[in-house]
Order: sequence, then structure tokens, then C-alpha cells
Amino acid sequence: MEIKLKLNGRAVTAAVEADTTLFDLLREKGCYSVKCGCETSNCGLCTVFLDDVPVLSCSVLAARADGRAVTTLEGLQEEAADFVGFIADQGADQCGFCNPGFVMNTIALLRENPDPTDDEIRGYLAGNLCRCSGYEGQLRGIRAYLDSRKGKGAQNGN
Amino acid sequence: MMTIQNYVRAQSLQQAYELLTSNRRNRIVAGMLWLRQTGGSVNTAVDLCDLGLDTMEETDDAFVIGAMTPLRKLELHPGFAAYTGGAAARALGDIVGVQFRNLATVGGSVYGRFGFSDVLTLLLALDTEVELYGAGRMPLSQFAELPQTTRDLLVRIYIKKTPGTVAYRAVRIARTDFPVLTCAASRLDGKVRLCVGARPGKATVLDLTDAAGGLTPNTVQSLAEEAAKQIPTGSNSRGSAAYRSHLVRVLAQRTLSQVGGSGNGD
Amino acid sequence: MATENYRYVGHAMRKKDSMQLLLGKPVYTDDIVPRDALVVKLLRSPHASALVEEIDTSIALKVPGVVAVYTWKDVPKTRFAIAGQTYPEPSPYDRLILDRQLRFVGDPVAIIAAENEKAANKAMRLVKVKYKLLPAILDMHEALDNPVLVHPEEDWYPPCPVGGDNRRNLVASDVESNGDVDKVLADCDIVIDRTYHTRAFQQAMMETFRTYAEMDRYGRLHVISSTQIVFHCRRILSRALGIPKSRVRVEKPRIGGGFGAKQTAVCEVYPAFVTLKTGRPAELIYTREESQIAGSPRHEMEIRVRLGASSDGRIRALDLHTLSNTGAYGEHGPTTVGLSGHKSIPLYTGSLEAFRFAYDVVYTNLQPAGAYRGYGATQGIFAVESAVNELAERLGVDPTELRDRCMVREGMNMPAYYGEPAAACALDRCMAHCREMFDWEHRYPVRDMGNGKVRAAGVAMAMQGSCISSVDVGSATVKLSEDGTYNLIIGAADMGTGCDTILAQMAAECLDCPVENIAVFGADTDVSPYDSGSYASSTTYVTGKAVEKACNELKGQICRIAADLLGCAAEDTVFEGDRVRCAADGRTVSMEEVAYKSQVGNVHAAEVTATHSSPVSPPPFMVGMAEIELDKGTGEVKVLNYMAVVDCGIPVNPALARIQTEGGIVQGIGMTLTENVTYDHNGRPVESSLMQYKIPTRLDMGHLKVEFEHSHEPTGPFGAKSIGEIVINTPAPAIAHAIYRATGVWHRELPITPEDIAMSRPEETHRA
Repeated sequence: MEIKLKLNGRAVTAAVEADTTLFDLLREKGCYSVKCGCETSNCGLCTVFLDDVPVLSCSVLAARADGRAVTTLEGLQEEAADFVGFIADQGADQCGFCNPGFVMNTIALLRENPDPTDDEIRGYLAGNLCRCSGYEGQLRGIRAYLDSRKGKGAQNGN
Repeated sequence: MMTIQNYVRAQSLQQAYELLTSNRRNRIVAGMLWLRQTGGSVNTAVDLCDLGLDTMEETDDAFVIGAMTPLRKLELHPGFAAYTGGAAARALGDIVGVQFRNLATVGGSVYGRFGFSDVLTLLLALDTEVELYGAGRMPLSQFAELPQTTRDLLVRIYIKKTPGTVAYRAVRIARTDFPVLTCAASRLDGKVRLCVGARPGKATVLDLTDAAGGLTPNTVQSLAEEAAKQIPTGSNSRGSAAYRSHLVRVLAQRTLSQVGGSGNGD
Repeated sequence: MATENYRYVGHAMRKKDSMQLLLGKPVYTDDIVPRDALVVKLLRSPHASALVEEIDTSIALKVPGVVAVYTWKDVPKTRFAIAGQTYPEPSPYDRLILDRQLRFVGDPVAIIAAENEKAANKAMRLVKVKYKLLPAILDMHEALDNPVLVHPEEDWYPPCPVGGDNRRNLVASDVESNGDVDKVLADCDIVIDRTYHTRAFQQAMMETFRTYAEMDRYGRLHVISSTQIVFHCRRILSRALGIPKSRVRVEKPRIGGGFGAKQTAVCEVYPAFVTLKTGRPAELIYTREESQIAGSPRHEMEIRVRLGASSDGRIRALDLHTLSNTGAYGEHGPTTVGLSGHKSIPLYTGSLEAFRFAYDVVYTNLQPAGAYRGYGATQGIFAVESAVNELAERLGVDPTELRDRCMVREGMNMPAYYGEPAAACALDRCMAHCREMFDWEHRYPVRDMGNGKVRAAGVAMAMQGSCISSVDVGSATVKLSEDGTYNLIIGAADMGTGCDTILAQMAAECLDCPVENIAVFGADTDVSPYDSGSYASSTTYVTGKAVEKACNELKGQICRIAADLLGCAAEDTVFEGDRVRCAADGRTVSMEEVAYKSQVGNVHAAEVTATHSSPVSPPPFMVGMAEIELDKGTGEVKVLNYMAVVDCGIPVNPALARIQTEGGIVQGIGMTLTENVTYDHNGRPVESSLMQYKIPTRLDMGHLKVEFEHSHEPTGPFGAKSIGEIVINTPAPAIAHAIYRATGVWHRELPITPEDIAMSRPEETHRA
């Protein structure tokens, strides 16, 4: 079947099978930031936005995306670049394999809740597994980013 | 990986129902979770996503929840949070992750009648009804007992705003894992109910209205002991039957205390 | 010793690949290989022990898109080992690419190559196999001298004498001692005699095993693999496939985590074999299930500790026996077990009068084990540190103070550690520092929080090594580029740890230039200088020293070239980072001028390769403290705080050292509380997915705090030791200790589940 979707802002037409997952379609379309870490909807590595809502692309039929907007990290490079440097400063990127899913879901969190508490951050990102960092550095990085944003806001207010 | 021959977005409930009942291997697509790990083959996958069933409405006397409403919506609904006194967030917040709960649907959770379901446990403790296409409304407790083989099309869920309180508690080995045991207690309009899931079997309900006697610390203690004796438990990789029965007692005691007003559920 | 004197070493900085990784660029194996590669799948044994009686591939081969199906009849008959170890490997040669005898649930039966995944999966279901079921050994206690043999084959071959005998299901066995341990034990006021059990925990790196193979433009086998060991991998492939090493090239792109899993060539031989047979590019990606059931997890071990002490808390004797389960194949079996004693007993060098360490490593019909961060030390330290905590509790002595009396200290010689010296050891300072940071005085006492909740704390120490002494080899090539910048080429493998960056920091320090001026490349057997690979915590310590050597030699070469330009003698020149000065008259030439000169009429190589190996393996040391809240009703344990102080010599990059530590601690918390490994009655692993194998989420680990105590290791680069592995060793004993404090029950088996806690009762009262 043929589906039409908006992928990272661009209209895309794709021929898919009824059981093609959105994950497979996205990698076929060159969105290599989307990673697979499990087959059981547990790891969060394949997180993308479906109409701006973070979902697991391994658990969405490509056909469900017909007529909708899909966003991957390839389409959010500028918004991501804003804060990932703070993760890098902590060294919390580590192997990097979980990073795209983690970055996507952090963007979703901050769009939904621009000033989250540490517990809100942990809760929102609980579905993003990371085996390298021990999570604490990711939290420090997000916190440092939020602090810097507040600092900037204060400066702008002057 | 589940194989699927055809995919159809139903344009009406009637079309969906006809498709569902026309072939034994046709299936409704809800949250789509676990596609990759699930084997088997589906002839036609019938998607309800175009039918506007992904909304949750609060009326004067009920919450009306479309079958395609994501768990995340139920978790965040301010009215439902207020009505359940936080039990909703407690029951939903540990289910895998936000992305998962954005996909998993209330209808899928209820229809699946999974043993491990936090959702089913919570909703069974409330005055919940399901609406089935064609068959109309029936209490969730009745639906939960139907065999999984019926070819029903679940349309909506109604949670009546019966005045009262509900408490929820589950034990997990890791925070976002399947629960070892789930437990919800409610006192709604004087009726006291205890609902236990992940036994590991499907959630079961005990009506304790007559025995509750005001839910004093003493009655709660004996009700919890009694529940541990009555509610059948089994063993799986997350816990033995003996441990689960122990947990029934502990969690029943805590949740009943909470709805009785003598504990905070911890 | 002061790191502030260094400009780059000892300073936190971003990893060189950070932004690529964080912005999701295509840098991993499956991102960079051609889309039209054959998809390789493995049909796996459903039985723990069986013989392939008949196998029929004819129907499978008819599936459209299927290119080839290989069985045991098609593969070379030379046995090999897939453990990534220096030749001759201590691991036995006990594998074939496909064997007629199947030894665990998941052992490959057939290799399927197809144009796409669907066809490969379909063909897999259509391979007709008739199995002859054989009796299986599913309990390691029953393995030794069982008439059922896991490896009855005549051509089983151990390249090293490690005490193994396949006719006894024995992979390795040894005993060593110092002093008369029986006599000292008999003389002790108190003897703790306990047995501890740890399971085959999974590394569960986020990127599963995967390998791509193709024939390159010279007709050589070119393998791109997610591996920690490119050179060992080349040697393994050469032997397994029966082709010369000169026909094999192995490279690694970025790696999505390893933790030792990828120190074994778990999946490389299969796509390589397909490419060799078909001439076509081929890629094999393990599913998470395959990674969980046919990977290379930690060795299950049972360790009996007999600890003798005086009534005033001096640990006088340690007697360890370890039974290790290597599973169906012997990868890393003979070596992991050694660490269970060698990296636990020496912690008590300060008071120990005698020790004995004996072990047996046995085959079973379970998933073959391999290398996992900590490599046996983790298991041994759980046992010994738990026994020490039990001693302290029996004596009513503060367990940190008891350790102060007994621990190894700087300058001591460690008889239980191959007689090597603790030349740099800040363990005493780690303990004092951690005690204060953690507020041990107030957190150690058990606190009742009401509602059945109790707070309590526990402690543990740890050590590890910094390489395999006199074995591991690290090399580095440093070369000058036209603009005066450098290329650093290594054979070690950055698997997310940041070694590319750390080694560049060292090079920048030596060459007195910004870290940005050092471009790092690794690893590729055609390009990189030889390196054993990244394991045994060796990269910073061994390869780092090679970098230091190479840079220093390169400075000499640069001065020689500059001397030609300056018209003075090389001895009279001074290397000044961005220029070279003639000492006599002060004239200088820029590094760029030197670099261009190196390309014109020049006879001095503007590049140097240096190699290093160390006769010692200086241990890093660590203290970890856990505070938990335990629910006595449900048995749930919540880690509230985990604090640790590490002595890794000098942390070359403190941010990365801290993250290594935090990551290791959380893995340690996982194996203590949430990760389980069980089998059904057929020997099939139950926890075969991340749905069942629960690695910690960020809600499961509490708050972490990590700090460092510096020491200066004279044999290490800039005083550095290692960090990679030691960090996983303290959580299990520290949390088990805290659980005892909260409940009065010692749990001696991992993981410790809520059920274990809720359903157990305090043991016999202390019989002193």
C-alpha cells in the first residue's frame, strides 16, 4: 500500500506492507538516528514524534502514520543542538546508542513542561534505557541546560 | 514479528465490526505495542484511529473514555486524577514509559484483560462499564469474565463518578516492570471492593461491603487476612504463589486502610 | 602528583565524538553498511543438548530471496575459540562454526542468507531438522566428572595448560596458597564460613551484537564489526575460516556499548562465512533475544569463603573456593575465575597471614559465558566483602573501622596479587573520604521511618587491575600533518568509554598543543598499530603509555626535521609545541613549516609508532556506600543514595571517570536487585528480553555521588591506573549489607528480590 506522510517537514510517499513498522520505514528513508534496542517496546531507543507526540516507532505500523507528521532527530537538529552540549559536558553521551531516543524524549518533555523538577525528569524519561551512563550525568546535563536557560532568560529580562 | 496481510482504517464502527467478524484472523489494532515480539499472522488489521475514539470526556456523572484513548491521557486527566485521589497516576505511571503510554490504549488494556494489567485492576475497583458495538453497555466486571474468544468491538468505557475513595498499590521488582501484584481498594457509595491483579492471573474482585464494618484498623486487618486466603495466586518468574498471597495481605491492608481513612497507602 | 600542572590531563572535556552521537549521526555498524547486503539469520537449537540427526534445507532454499542455507556439513572442521585473548589463548578451542552436536538452547544449527529479513525468517521455519535428544547438564554442581560430557570430541584442544580436561567437563582448575591457611584458621577466634552465589548476568549493551562482511577491492575479507578486539577478531576469523590473516581486515565503527560482551567474537564468523562462500556483502544483527540467550554473559559462580579473624577484628586468613560455570563453551572460563580470588583477597593484605585460593571451572549445557566488566572480581568481591561485613556485624565493630585495620596500604607487597606491589594506593583515603561524604556516622544506624519502612546503610571496598601483566600490548601511531596538527591512530576500541578522547588528551599534553589538534582514528587492523584491544581495564594504562612514548619519540623526529630547516644540530633544538627553537640563537620555525618540510626532501619519518606492555597491573581501589529504604511488608528495596570514592591514580578526564563510575554502580545495582537469570526445565533462559531482564531505569538507582582520591602510579601514564571495571564491584556487597542491617538477614545469592526479602526470617542468633 502507498502512504503519504510528512517526514521532518517534507512530504514523503512510501510503499509499505501492512505490517511494516514505522521504525523500518524511517531507517529505509535514511533516518539512521532511529535505533532499535529491543523487540519488546521497552528501551525507548526508537522514540520519534507522531504528530508531535513521542512514541515508540517499533510499535507503530507505518500505515498508521499515513496522513500524519513524523519527526525524527534528523528534523530537530537545531532544537537538539541547543541542549545536547550540556550532556556532552557531563560525558553522559557515552556509547551514544540510546542518545537519539533520549534526546527526542527530552525535547518532548521540555516542550510539555519547560521547567521540570528532577523527579519529573526521571519520571518522563523512565522509558529511555541507558546502560552506560548510570543516568545521573544525563540528569546533571539537563539540569545545567535548564539553569543556563534561566540565566539567559534573566539576562534578557535586564 | 506479527505478519499482517491487509491494513484497513475503518471509517465507521459498523465497517470495523463487519471486518472483525468476517474473518477469524482479522484483528483490531489498538496501541500496537509488542508488534515485533508477537508471532502469529493477521489477515486484516482494522485500525480505529479515524473514528474519534481517542478522547476522554468528563460529564456530570461519569468519565466517558473512547477505546482509543492513550493511557497517558487517562493518567494526566485532571478530573480523573481528582476523582481517584491520585490513584490513577499511581496505577498508570509505572507502565514502561511515556512513549509506551502514548501508544497503549485504554480499550486495548481493557479488551486484552491481561493478568498483569494495572489498568484493569484500577478500573475494576471503580464503577466501570464497557460499551460494546451492538451489544451495548455492561459492567466491566462482567466483561472481564467473558471468554477472550468473543469477537467484540469495544467502543467506550464509562467510569461513573460514584462518590467515594479509591486507593492503588502495586509491587514491582523494577519500577517500570510488570507488577508482581496489583491491588486496588475502593469505598464507593458505601460499597467496599478489593481488586487484586497480577496474581499472576487476571484481576479479581472481592465485594467486602458487608464485612467491612466501617473499615477500622481491626476489620482491615482481618479483611486483609481473609483476602489473602480467598484470592487465588500462582507462581511465575516474578514471584511465587506464597509471596503473592503475602502481598495480597500487605497491600489489601494498606489500600483498605487508605480508603477507610486510617492510612496513607504506603 | 598535582594534576593542575597539566593543561589537558586531569581536565574534564567533551568526548571527541559527542556531538555526532548526541545528534544521531550515522556512525554505527548498521548505519554505514550497504542496504543491499544479504541478511544473515541463524536457526538455533531448541534443545540444551542434542545431535543433528538429519537436516534438510531443500524447502528453505526454495523460498524466493533465499541465497544460501549452510549446515554443519558445510563448514571447516577446525576447532577454535571466540574469546578475544592474546595467543595462545587460555580458552579452549572447543567450537566449530556449526557443530553437529548442539550444546545449549540457542546453539546455531544452520546459517541462512537471504535478500531480505522476511525471506530469511521464512526459510528459517522451513529448515527441517531431526534432533536426537541427549542428556543435558543444567546444574553446575553436577558437571564435574558427570558421565554426560558436554565436549566429548577428540579434537578438543586447550592452547594453554590451565588444568582442564574435557573428559571431566572441566575447563580449568588450580589451587594456590601463601602461608599455612589451615593452621591460621584453626588459631582464629572467629571463622566465617559462607557460600555465595552469583548468576550469569547480561551486559545488555544497547547495541546488540552485529557484524557486516564484504569482499574488498583486493578480494580480501573486509569485516566491519561492533567489537572491542579487532586484532583478536582477525586471528579468530582466520583460524575459523581457514584463510590467511593477510586476507582478513577487521575494523570497528562506533560501538553501542560493550562492557566485555564484545571482547568475544560472538557473531563475526557467521556473516564472514557467508561472504566467503557467496562473495556477497552480508550482515548479521542479533535480536535482543539472541543477545540474551546466545551472548557472552558473566560466569555464574559459587564461592565458598572461609574467613578467619581475631576477636578484635583482624582478618588473619582467607580461604576461597570458586566453582565457575562457563556454560557450553569455554570462552574466558579459565581466566575470569582467577579474578574471583586475585582481586578480592589482596584487599586485606594489611592483616592477612595466610590465604588459599582454589577453583574449578566446569562446562554445562547452558549459555556460554564470557567477559563482563569486573570479570570474576565482581563475583569474588561480593563474596569476600559480604563475609567481612558479616564478621564486623558479628563482632559488633563498625565495618569501616574494621577495614581500616586490615586493608592493603600503599607500599605493601600483595602476595595474593601475584606478589605485585601496591605502589599507588589511596584506599585508606577513599574510606575516610567516603565515610565523611556519605555521613556514615548518621546513615549507618538503622532508622525506622514508620509504615514498615526502614532505612539502613552498607559498605564495600573493591579493587581491579589495570591490564593483564606481561601480556597486554598497547600501541599508538602519532603522525604530523601539514598544518602542524597530528593524527593519533590506535588499535584500542572506544566503545563509548571515551578512550579516543582520553588518549588525545595525553597526546596533547605531550605535544603541547590543543586537544583539537589531535585527530584520533581507531580501530582497523589494516591501519592501526597492534593493540590487544580494549579490555582488562587496560586502555588508559597500557595504550596511554604507548601514546606517551610515541609522542616523546615524535618530538625527537620533529626536532631532527626542524634542525635541517634551522641549520643547527638536532640536539640544539627545543620543541615548544607550536614551533621548534634553535637554542643557540633563538631562531624558530613553526610546526607548519616543519610539517611541510617533512614532505620535501626529508629522510626523518614524521610519524612514530610506539608499543607498551607492563610487567605489573596496578590495582585501582574504591569504596562504595549504599543507603536504602526497605519496605518490610513487601520486601521492596529502594536505593536512596549510593556514594563512592575511587582511586584510579589520576583521572585523566574527571567527567568521563565519574560517568564510568556512575554507570558501573548502576549496573551493579541492577545485578543486585532487578536483573535475574533463570532457566526453564529445558535449559531455556527465561529472561530472554528486556521485558523480562530488567536493567535499572532511572527510577531504580536513587541518587549517586562519586568523588576521587588521587594517587600516583609510577608505571602509568601521568600517574594513571584504570577505572573501567572496578566500578561495578561494590554495589552487591554494600546493598546486601544494608539489607541485612534493615532485616537481620544475610542474602548470599544475587539478585536479592523483594520476595527473597519479604519471605525470609532472621537467621540463627549470632553464635560467636
